[in-house]
Amino acid sequence: MSTRYATLFGGPAASQVAVIPFLVLGDPDLDTSARILDALADAGIDAIELGFPFSDPVADGPVVQAAGWRALAAGTTADDCWDLVERLRQRAPALPIGLLVYANLVVHRGVPHFYQRAAAAGADSVLIADLPLGEAEPFHAEAGRHGIAPVMIAPPNATSARLEQIARATRGYTYVTSRAGVTGAADPDAAVLGATIADLRALHAPPPVLGFGISGPDHVRTAHRLGARGVITGSALINRIESIRRAGDDAAAAAVDFVSILRDAALAAATTAVEN
Amino acid sequence: MKLPTRFGRFGGYFVPEILAPALEELEAAFVAALADPEFKADLAGWLRHFAGRPTPLYRCRRFGGDGTEIWLKREDLLHGGAHKTNQALGQGLLARRLGKRRLIAETGAGQHGVATAFTGAALGIETVIYMGATDMARQRPNVDRMRLFGATVVAVTSGGATLKDAINEALRDWSASFADTHYLLGTVAGPHPFPTIVREFQRVIGDEARAQFAEQAGGQPDAVVAAVGGGSNAIGIFTAFLDDPVVLIGVEPGGQGLESNAHGATILRGRPGVLHGAFTQVLQDDDGQIRESHSVSAGLDYPGVGPEHAHLAETGRARYLACDDHDAVQAYQDLASTEGILPALESAHALAVARRLAAAGEFRRIVVNLSGRGDKDLATVGRWIEEKAR
Repeated sequence: MSTRYATLFGGPAASQVAVIPFLVLGDPDLDTSARILDALADAGIDAIELGFPFSDPVADGPVVQAAGWRALAAGTTADDCWDLVERLRQRAPALPIGLLVYANLVVHRGVPHFYQRAAAAGADSVLIADLPLGEAEPFHAEAGRHGIAPVMIAPPNATSARLEQIARATRGYTYVTSRAGVTGAADPDAAVLGATIADLRALHAPPPVLGFGISGPDHVRTAHRLGARGVITGSALINRIESIRRAGDDAAAAAVDFVSILRDAALAAATTAVEN
Repeated sequence: MKLPTRFGRFGGYFVPEILAPALEELEAAFVAALADPEFKADLAGWLRHFAGRPTPLYRCRRFGGDGTEIWLKREDLLHGGAHKTNQALGQGLLARRLGKRRLIAETGAGQHGVATAFTGAALGIETVIYMGATDMARQRPNVDRMRLFGATVVAVTSGGATLKDAINEALRDWSASFADTHYLLGTVAGPHPFPTIVREFQRVIGDEARAQFAEQAGGQPDAVVAAVGGGSNAIGIFTAFLDDPVVLIGVEPGGQGLESNAHGATILRGRPGVLHGAFTQVLQDDDGQIRESHSVSAGLDYPGVGPEHAHLAETGRARYLACDDHDAVQAYQDLASTEGILPALESAHALAVARRLAAAGEFRRIVVNLSGRGDKDLATVGRWIEEKAR
C-alpha cells in the first residue's frame, strides 16, 4: 500500500484538518474536468476523492447524481476516467487519490481487473458505495493484492461490534458519516460524530474523515473540535463549480477558491488551538 | 445474516453499510414470523377474506392447439387484479410486526404500487409510492387508484424516469428512513432478504396450482410457464414444482426483438453484474452502465432480474425464452376472444410461448401463470394496434 495517507495524517501539518474535495470524473465534460483537476493539483490540496460516474447512484443525493449524469451525457467512459486519474497522478505525485465507485463498475470486468487498473493509474484507495462489510471480503482481498487501501464508511447506526469490524477492515482512513441517508443531505450532527470518533479512536481505527453534508468553514471547525483528521466536501463544491460555470466564469478557479476557504478555516482552527 | 444470502453465485446484499442493519432486522423478523403460527394464520385470513384466495385453476377450452391442454392459474381474479397482492399483504403484516409506521414502495406499471397502497389502507399504515414520471403519464388509472387508497405518489424524474429510477429513489428514501419505515419491495429482485421473502409470500401460487392440478387433471403438468420481469410471479409458481419432473419455463420480454436493443431479456441477453443490491443478470453496456430496457408491457420493463432466476438459468433447472411485443399483443387479443378472459400484457407473454410450445407438440399439459388481468392495458394495446396499422 502507498504511504501517502500515512504521510498526510502523520506529517507536520497533521494537527490541521485535511480538506478533501470530491468530484465526479468527467463532470461536466472531459476537458473541464481535466482543467479543474489540474488547478486543484497545482494549488497543493491535501488529498482528493474522485467518483466514477454511474447510471444508478443509489447512495447519492441530487447534486452528485446530476454530476454523474452530466459526465455520462458528455460521453465519459471508464477509460476516460482512468486517463484522468493517471494524468492527476503524474501532475501531483504525492497527492493521496481516493476513488469512489459503485459495485457494478468493479465487478463487470472482474474484480481483479478493476484493482489492477486502479493501481496502474496511481490511485491510493477505493471506496465502494454499495459494498457493506458482509460482502466486502473478496473485494478487500483483491485490493490488498494490488496495494490499494479499501475504505469503509462508519455510519451513525453501527453497533459497537460492527464498528470494530469496520475499524479493522478500513485502510488509509475511516469515512465517518453522522446521518443516515445520501450524500449532500443536512448538516452533520456533531454529537453523533463525536461519539463515533471517540469509539474509533479507542479501536485504533485509521484516521476519521467526515463526509456527507460538509459544506463550509463551520463544518471544518466542528471537525477540528471533534478530533476528526479530515473532511470530504462534495455536493457543496460541485454546486459551486456548476453555478460558476453556468454563469460563464472559470470553473477551475471556483474549485480552487472553494477548497482554499475551507483550508483557511482548517489552518485557523489548528493555529488557534496551538495558541490556546 | 441467518438465512443463505445467495442462490448459487447470485444474490447477496450490495447496499450502503447504513442499510445493512435494516436488512438484518428485516430478515430476523421474517424468520420469526414464518415460525409463528399466529402470523401465518393472520396472513392466511387476509389472503382468504380480503384477497380472495384460493384462485381457480382453469382449463382453456379453445386457446392453444389440438392435443395440448393449457391450464391457467387465475391470479387475475385476485383482489387488485394481479399476484402482487399476495406479497404486499405478507410484507405489510411483517412491517406491522416490526412496528414500522410508514410503507414505501416502487412501482413501474402501477400494479405493485396499487397493491401496496391498498395494503397500507387496510392495515392503517401511511404509504408513499415512488413512480417514474414517464410511467405515471402512461399508467394514469393506477395513479388515481393509489391516491384513492390514500397513498402519496411521488414522481421520479431522474434517469429515464421509469421503474429502475423509482427503485433508486425508494432505496435513497429507505437509507434515511429505515428506523420507522419498511421498504415493501415489489419483486424477487433487490438485496437479500427480499428475494427470499417475496418468494415465500408468492409460493402460495404454485402450492395451490400443484394441488389443484393433481385433483382436477390428475398427476402433474409437463411444463409450467410464467412471464419474467423481476420474476416474482414466475418464482411464485415455480417453487412448488422445483423437485418435480416438470419443465419450468420463464418468458422474458423480447420487446422489438432480441437483436434490437429494445428488449428486457435480462437472462438471455444480460451479463452478470450488480443492480439494486443484487448480483444477478443485468442489461448493461461495455462500461458497466445499466441500460434502459423496453417492453410493451410496463410490468416486464426492467433491466435486472431476481437472482434466483439467474441461478435457475445457470443450473439449467429452468429454461428461459423470449416473446416479443407483437406476439404478446396477439395472445392478449386471442385469449380474450377464445376464452372470454382478458390477460395482463405481462401474462400474455407466457400465453404466447405456451401456445408456441403447444403447436410444437412438445408438451401435453401446460400450466400458465395468468398473473394478472388486462384491463389496465386497454389503452396501451389500442395505441399499439393503431401504430401498427399506420
